[in-house]
Amino acid sequence: MSNQQVDRSKRRFLVAATTAMGGVAGVAVLTPFVMSMLPSERAKAAGAPVEVDISKVESGMLLAIEWQGKPVWIVNRTKDMLATLPKNDAKMSDPKSEQPQQPTYCQNENRSIKPAYLVVVGICTHLGCSPTFRPELAPADLGPDWDGGWFCPCHGSRYDLAARVYKNVPAPLNMQVPPHKYLTETRILVGEDAKGA
Amino acid sequence: MSTMQKFVGWIDERFPLTSNWKTHLSEYYAPKNFNFWYFFGSLALLVLVIQIVTGIFLTMNYKPDATLAFASVEYIMNDVEWGWLIRYMHSTGASMFFVVVYLHMFRGLMYGSYRKPRELIWVFGMMIYLALMAEAFMGYLLPWGQMSFWGAQVIISLFGAIPVIGDALSLWIRGDFVVSDATLNRFFAFHVIALPLVLVGLVAAHIIALHEVGSNNPEGIEIKKHKDPVTHIPLDGIPFHPYYSVKDIMGVVVFLMVFSAIVFFAPEMGGWFLEPDNFIPANPFKTPEHIVPLWYFTPFYAILRAVPDKLMGVVGMGAGVMIMFFLPWLDRSKVKSIRYRGTLYKSILTLFIISFIGLGYLGTQAPTPTYTMMARIFSVIYFSFFIFMPWYTKIDKTKPVPERIPE
Repeated sequence: MSNQQVDRSKRRFLVAATTAMGGVAGVAVLTPFVMSMLPSERAKAAGAPVEVDISKVESGMLLAIEWQGKPVWIVNRTKDMLATLPKNDAKMSDPKSEQPQQPTYCQNENRSIKPAYLVVVGICTHLGCSPTFRPELAPADLGPDWDGGWFCPCHGSRYDLAARVYKNVPAPLNMQVPPHKYLTETRILVGEDAKGA
Repeated sequence: MSTMQKFVGWIDERFPLTSNWKTHLSEYYAPKNFNFWYFFGSLALLVLVIQIVTGIFLTMNYKPDATLAFASVEYIMNDVEWGWLIRYMHSTGASMFFVVVYLHMFRGLMYGSYRKPRELIWVFGMMIYLALMAEAFMGYLLPWGQMSFWGAQVIISLFGAIPVIGDALSLWIRGDFVVSDATLNRFFAFHVIALPLVLVGLVAAHIIALHEVGSNNPEGIEIKKHKDPVTHIPLDGIPFHPYYSVKDIMGVVVFLMVFSAIVFFAPEMGGWFLEPDNFIPANPFKTPEHIVPLWYFTPFYAILRAVPDKLMGVVGMGAGVMIMFFLPWLDRSKVKSIRYRGTLYKSILTLFIISFIGLGYLGTQAPTPTYTMMARIFSVIYFSFFIFMPWYTKIDKTKPVPERIPE
């Protein structure tokens, strides 16, 4: 043992510096582990656009397809169905579709490119359930004011036939309209915008 | 000296075997007045062991792959020798874990076992409860049935409600844009290795903290205040082994009778332990008509649904669990045990228990306007129990607590 006095402030500095550097190294080592939990390249690549033939969707019917692992609905709405939309504006949380839940070319009363054909991601904006299509008028369980739309079985959120969310339900937003475009009169491509749109 | 004594002596020079045996069993002095409610700690430990052992054997045949998982569970049930028994033990064990843990927590609530100097025992216990909830939730995804899938979808979406980072966070948890094979695979990793390790560590901390300060008892009297002047053994204490080890074994026998009855005669428990929709393979395009979590989550699920706002609902649900951590510092009563508390506290505790069970029931039911209103009332009572505790425990008329445990 040397008789020399311990330089405490130097010792404290060295301990603090070593700890800090060790901490930096620790965080650096953590990074690859945290990053490894992000969607892989393969998962990201799986989001390719999907082509759909809509000629088979009869008037008033719904066709469900898969895009990015999510259900996407294509609904061929009747004239009567479309007529219900404006009269229910007052009951909607976002009647004018001001929230960015659709491409700009679908920010209209019908939330669609062609009035009849609604294309929408069938996932409730509350907690991700897939709502049930209830096109019938005034069923017993949904009340006399029901003009058709979607009902979410998980937490009771309601949407109209343009997938606009009602007021005073848990879901905060209208259902999302995915980017899509018409390739021909009867074929659409889900997942890609029209050029220049 | 016998060979055995020599052998133990050889070990003791190298490892503190005898001293640990004494500290934690033969010379751990517990109050002499434990009652029925004191079975559930050791039973929780038993269920943990059952879950770990059955879990190890299930992983031998289970496939954590979205295309194979559902079928591999069916394979375990139908083709693996005794596979059905091991699987039912594991699924029944999950629910029974929560049964004993809820009773164990209620015991703590009744007798003030979270009060000074046992705050950390309570905090460790709450951490176990939290880890257990994560463990149960992740395990529930593994069979890859309809409820597995949609339950996970809903719970992971809860994180999406957090402002700014929410969407990125839920994406990171899922590892994909929807609940998928990536999610299943990582939940498997967490369920079979990460969380069990955390649980075992927390249980050790819980018991070490308990053995440091000593057990509370139904009277809420500190037995360490009155020790024998010569031996320093608490006068109202008895050694854990053999007195309570034998008592606990009797509890284990009764518990295993109930457990076996469920495993053999009602493993699905009428849909309470295994939901009917989970016998349908996961279908990302069709949400089941009526989606509910398993019963042990429903009180908090009912709070979530009672709030008509997405973010506030999630906050309410989280707060419902987290507020329990603060119990040791909210209670300002002069006494610990319910036996010496006044009518005020007893009434409020009763209301709290009714609300908790009421919320649990409502969480299993489809939301109707009446039920939603009831859930709101129960939620208010639930939170009031904690928020106003510093006030009502102070003005509550308590009875004088004796120095020693009465005969």
